[in-house]
Amino acid sequence: MRAKAAIVGVADAVSPTGELEGSVRALEVQVIREALDDAGLTIADVDGICCATSAGWAPSMELAEYLGVAPRWTDSTVTGGSSFEIHVEHAAAAIALGLCDVAVVVYAATPKSSFKRGGAGYTSRQGLPGVTASAEWELPYGMRTPMGAYALAASRHMAQYGTTSEQLAQIAVDTRRWAVDNPKARLQDPITIDDVLASPVQASPLHKLDCCLVTDGAGAVVLASAERARSLRSAPALVLGTGTCHTHAMISQMPDLTVTGAAVSGPLAFATAGLTPVDIDVAQIYDSFTITVLLLLEDLGFCPKGEGGPFVAEGVLGPGGALPSNTSGGGLAYTHPGMFGIFLLVEAVRQLRGECGPRQVKGAEVALAHGSGGVLSAMSTIILGTEATA
Amino acid sequence: MTEPDEAGGPGVVIEAPEGAPDRIQPPISAAARPFWDATRDRRLVLQWCRACERPIHFPREACPRCLGADLVFRPAAGVGTIYACSTMALPGNAGMAGRAPYVVALVDLPEGVRVLANIVGDGAPAVAVGDGVAAAWEPLVDGRHLLVFVPG
Repeated sequence: MRAKAAIVGVADAVSPTGELEGSVRALEVQVIREALDDAGLTIADVDGICCATSAGWAPSMELAEYLGVAPRWTDSTVTGGSSFEIHVEHAAAAIALGLCDVAVVVYAATPKSSFKRGGAGYTSRQGLPGVTASAEWELPYGMRTPMGAYALAASRHMAQYGTTSEQLAQIAVDTRRWAVDNPKARLQDPITIDDVLASPVQASPLHKLDCCLVTDGAGAVVLASAERARSLRSAPALVLGTGTCHTHAMISQMPDLTVTGAAVSGPLAFATAGLTPVDIDVAQIYDSFTITVLLLLEDLGFCPKGEGGPFVAEGVLGPGGALPSNTSGGGLAYTHPGMFGIFLLVEAVRQLRGECGPRQVKGAEVALAHGSGGVLSAMSTIILGTEATA
Repeated sequence: MTEPDEAGGPGVVIEAPEGAPDRIQPPISAAARPFWDATRDRRLVLQWCRACERPIHFPREACPRCLGADLVFRPAAGVGTIYACSTMALPGNAGMAGRAPYVVALVDLPEGVRVLANIVGDGAPAVAVGDGVAAAWEPLVDGRHLLVFVPG
């Protein structure tokens, strides 16, 4: 399915205050309208709907009803933060098979403003205990979720490979360097390794600045066939390769805390694309926590397993580095409304179009967006390219 | 079913800190009832698949390798090795109010399964990956006990 479908429209709603006006539904509609307009399409063109979250039990059905769309293709897959990469994979396949012509992928959440209004904030991982495996085997032990699970992975990687807190901190430092050039980013002041190490330990060995934000935010992408994309308003980002793998739901069931499903999804995506990691001009790698990025860099093949620490230590991920990554400022500094995967896609497309102003990676032709959902549970890799890469 | 238990007696009791609220009480899934029943006597049992001759954790209605249902509970040695650990600076939920900082760890049992638990007791704050730990039991409100571990 290489280059059969393309992302043809993108939009994000993110504020440096971290808060947005309006309901989740209103924000979803706003970014869908903007992404369709970006593509030169209207809601009447949409016959495929992807949605991972809703107040009820059937996300894509409830959203389609709200939008007045009767889609002939639908997807409510929810794997946490990687849901949207999986939606893109599914939508690209559906478009290649002729199951739909134009698919919308959307996400909005307002945990920050909800919390200030006395609500529960981000709630998808805070359901009441029931007879779930996590309630029986993990919840009684009071692991902070999801942070504690990532802290366990960091502790293991450190013990097994000698990875240091300073190396993890470098990821936060480089990501923040990108955020300096994103006027929408929540945190725009540069930081140092010492700043990260001086921030409070939340769940050892992770410090506050190793952890992503909690903000409001919304994003959407629109997909169409590569053929149709050529007559639309914006330059297409062709879907060159995709791959998905989930390995567990609870961290206590993860087979090896130093190896994620990205070791499967990445090679699948590269194989379909006919590319290798050295071909990636710009990467958007889900930075829920600094350790997430480090593990994914290894699993995606940007460096050998266990060498993520030395690999990131020289600033390779930042502006001017060999692997410009999380150029929006990422979940660590730009926005993180519970699930960040949609924003990885939006930024990857904008980089390929050359729309990123002072943070633009010059000559970016191939971009990777990698979503991670749950507690290092569900991995999905999307490789996008410009028309020149088709 | 649970096979005859010839291994050791009841394990050591670790009381919750004075004044601590009740932990969030674990529900009992159908497959895990023999596990929880054994904790009433502070005994650690693990589910095994007799077709694969391999242990299963968490207990299931079917073996996650062969999907077979010839499953049995057998006593475990009650020791383990820390695979990963993290100290929570703040409680992860209301059931742990007042206990922070406390250690959450993944513990590898010699039988071949990994469990999540707290490391408690003297020396707990200093534990590290690779350290040996021993099973202990914190009372739950209904007479069951929660599996925890103490250093070496």
